[in-house]
Amino acid sequence: MSTSKRILSRARRVIVQAIPTALGIVILNFFLLQLAPGDAADVLAAEAGSATVETMAEIRSRFGLDLPVIQQLLNYLNNLAHFSLGYSPRYGMPVADLIGQRLPGTLILMSVALSSAIVIGVFLGSIMALFSGRLPDRIISIASLIFYSVPGFWIGLMLILTFSVKLGWLPSGGDSTIGSGLTGIHALLDRARFIVLPAVSLAVFYLAIYARLTRAAMLEVKSQDYVRTARAKGVSPLRLTLRHILRNALIPITTMAGMHVSGLLGGAVVVETVFSWPGLGRLAFEAVMARDFSVLLGILLLSSLVVIFVNAAVDLLQAWLDPRIGESR
Amino acid sequence: MTPLMEVHDFAVGFGSAQPVKGVSFDVTAGEMLAIVGESGSGKSLTALGLIGLLPSHARKTGSIRLAGRDLSDLSERQWRSIRGREIGMIFQEPMTSLNPVLTVGEQIVEVLRIHDKIDRRSARKRAIELLDLVNIPEAGRRIDDYPHQLSGGMRQRVMIAIGVACNPKLLIADEATTALDVTIQAQILQLLDNLRLNLNMAVILITHDLGIVAQWADRVMVMYAGRKVEEGLPQPVFEHPYHPYTRGLLAASPRAEVGQHYRDGPLLEIPGSIVSSLHEKGCAFRPRCPDARASCGQAVPPIKLISDGRYAACPLVPSQFGRVSHDALVGA
Repeated sequence: MSTSKRILSRARRVIVQAIPTALGIVILNFFLLQLAPGDAADVLAAEAGSATVETMAEIRSRFGLDLPVIQQLLNYLNNLAHFSLGYSPRYGMPVADLIGQRLPGTLILMSVALSSAIVIGVFLGSIMALFSGRLPDRIISIASLIFYSVPGFWIGLMLILTFSVKLGWLPSGGDSTIGSGLTGIHALLDRARFIVLPAVSLAVFYLAIYARLTRAAMLEVKSQDYVRTARAKGVSPLRLTLRHILRNALIPITTMAGMHVSGLLGGAVVVETVFSWPGLGRLAFEAVMARDFSVLLGILLLSSLVVIFVNAAVDLLQAWLDPRIGESR
Repeated sequence: MTPLMEVHDFAVGFGSAQPVKGVSFDVTAGEMLAIVGESGSGKSLTALGLIGLLPSHARKTGSIRLAGRDLSDLSERQWRSIRGREIGMIFQEPMTSLNPVLTVGEQIVEVLRIHDKIDRRSARKRAIELLDLVNIPEAGRRIDDYPHQLSGGMRQRVMIAIGVACNPKLLIADEATTALDVTIQAQILQLLDNLRLNLNMAVILITHDLGIVAQWADRVMVMYAGRKVEEGLPQPVFEHPYHPYTRGLLAASPRAEVGQHYRDGPLLEIPGSIVSSLHEKGCAFRPRCPDARASCGQAVPPIKLISDGRYAACPLVPSQFGRVSHDALVGA
């Protein structure tokens, strides 16, 4: 079977699986959120500080919070069926717009963090594998162990302390210089300066994982029979490493990276809060505090779609990397 | 005529262990030399040494000359130009010896393009010819298959195609047919035999299957515990084995002759294992040898020329065992 055919059949299966998964996630999360004490009306009333029982009842009926739980769920699913994510009582705007504002920030942060973690992690892991047991391996091993065990928010705070407070090289928060009025390449560079610290603090943990995983995978592949065959053919070390060892070692790494996307979304909550990065993670955090369940459900649905989409992409990537995958069906 | 490959006192050591303790042999151009011995006799390590693929921490001594050129102290870069071009190698496990993520075509083209400066298109054409040469049907289509789409026998054919791609002078087949079933085994050996005649290529066949040796080899060399213990033409060696180890090996192989079917009695075995000779001072086979004497523990018996082309490393050979036939031994 040809590569494109394999990939197509894979894509079809992914789409068929995605719809029930997303639906299940929405329904499950809906009931989970009902378990939290209080609702949006409580928070709004508490913040106003002068709410009467009548105003609260009025808020509840306006947003349908007084309906039976099943009715609320059906309403929400009905909204979804019409491609609407509902309305946020807290922000006073449609959830879709709210998420639309925040999604790009998170996606940029995540993709910068994940791609640099993969690239640098695989590179460091390759160095560790090539020098296994010798000094470069030992040094990177210890460094990755440290990064692996230190929490991201602490690294974020230390980065702010070092690079923003002491050295003053990089901004400590936000996503662009407010009111700078920069355009084009300058605006891009300005944003790039802002993303460095949050991306680094989000990435180091994953970087450490990928470095260690790459090392282990490469050492395992290195002892495979086909690597010996390649050596018996007179293949040069560089070619051996890239074409025969690394390509096979990448298969488990892509699996892990796909699984980490959901973890990154979770990690983004903390990092976005530390760096006041206007992204989904912080929005989710605020929505929890405000019991703004329609926003939270929207974010969860979207995150699950992102995770499903990324997993599908990883599947396709693997089908391309490893011809044995996607063959059977 | 000088031999194609001359190996002199070749030894391999790891730390305090010495798995190959000094073997010497020649390979003539175009001949099929079989190296036999049980697991741990050092035959595979010797083979890896001949192609410079021993692990970097292995200690190598002795000399290997290929067509007069000394290979013992080549740099890794120089070895790379020899591997695949002058010496090809095929391995035991066809299932795992091919890279699963590359098509067989890519893997054949790779060796062609490393050693011959040819463009992609003619390399591919040559690869199809090679697949054809190793009797793969529909080579033009099979070239884009991945290894997992081929059967074990097919994969071993692909391995052979890779091994002979650059017309090497020597092909080392390390247990190349062990993992295949018997009919496929015969086909692969027939293929190897044809190829070496057509391409005028010497083959070192490493195996523990004496049947294969008897049928295909021009010459046989028996290894035990890192040393050559016997060498000669297959027929004389099998009819009149000199070394007690060779005799034991033969007695332990099932034979079709009358009275020797396994139904008629148990197969004989060589008692003990090769490990028992680890700290042996004299002859390594002494703990397992039915004819061992006190003098065997004194020193390692040297390999001696017994008759024309026949070597054996046992001091008792000429006096006692020269004329003892295999049948007499097994019948006893």
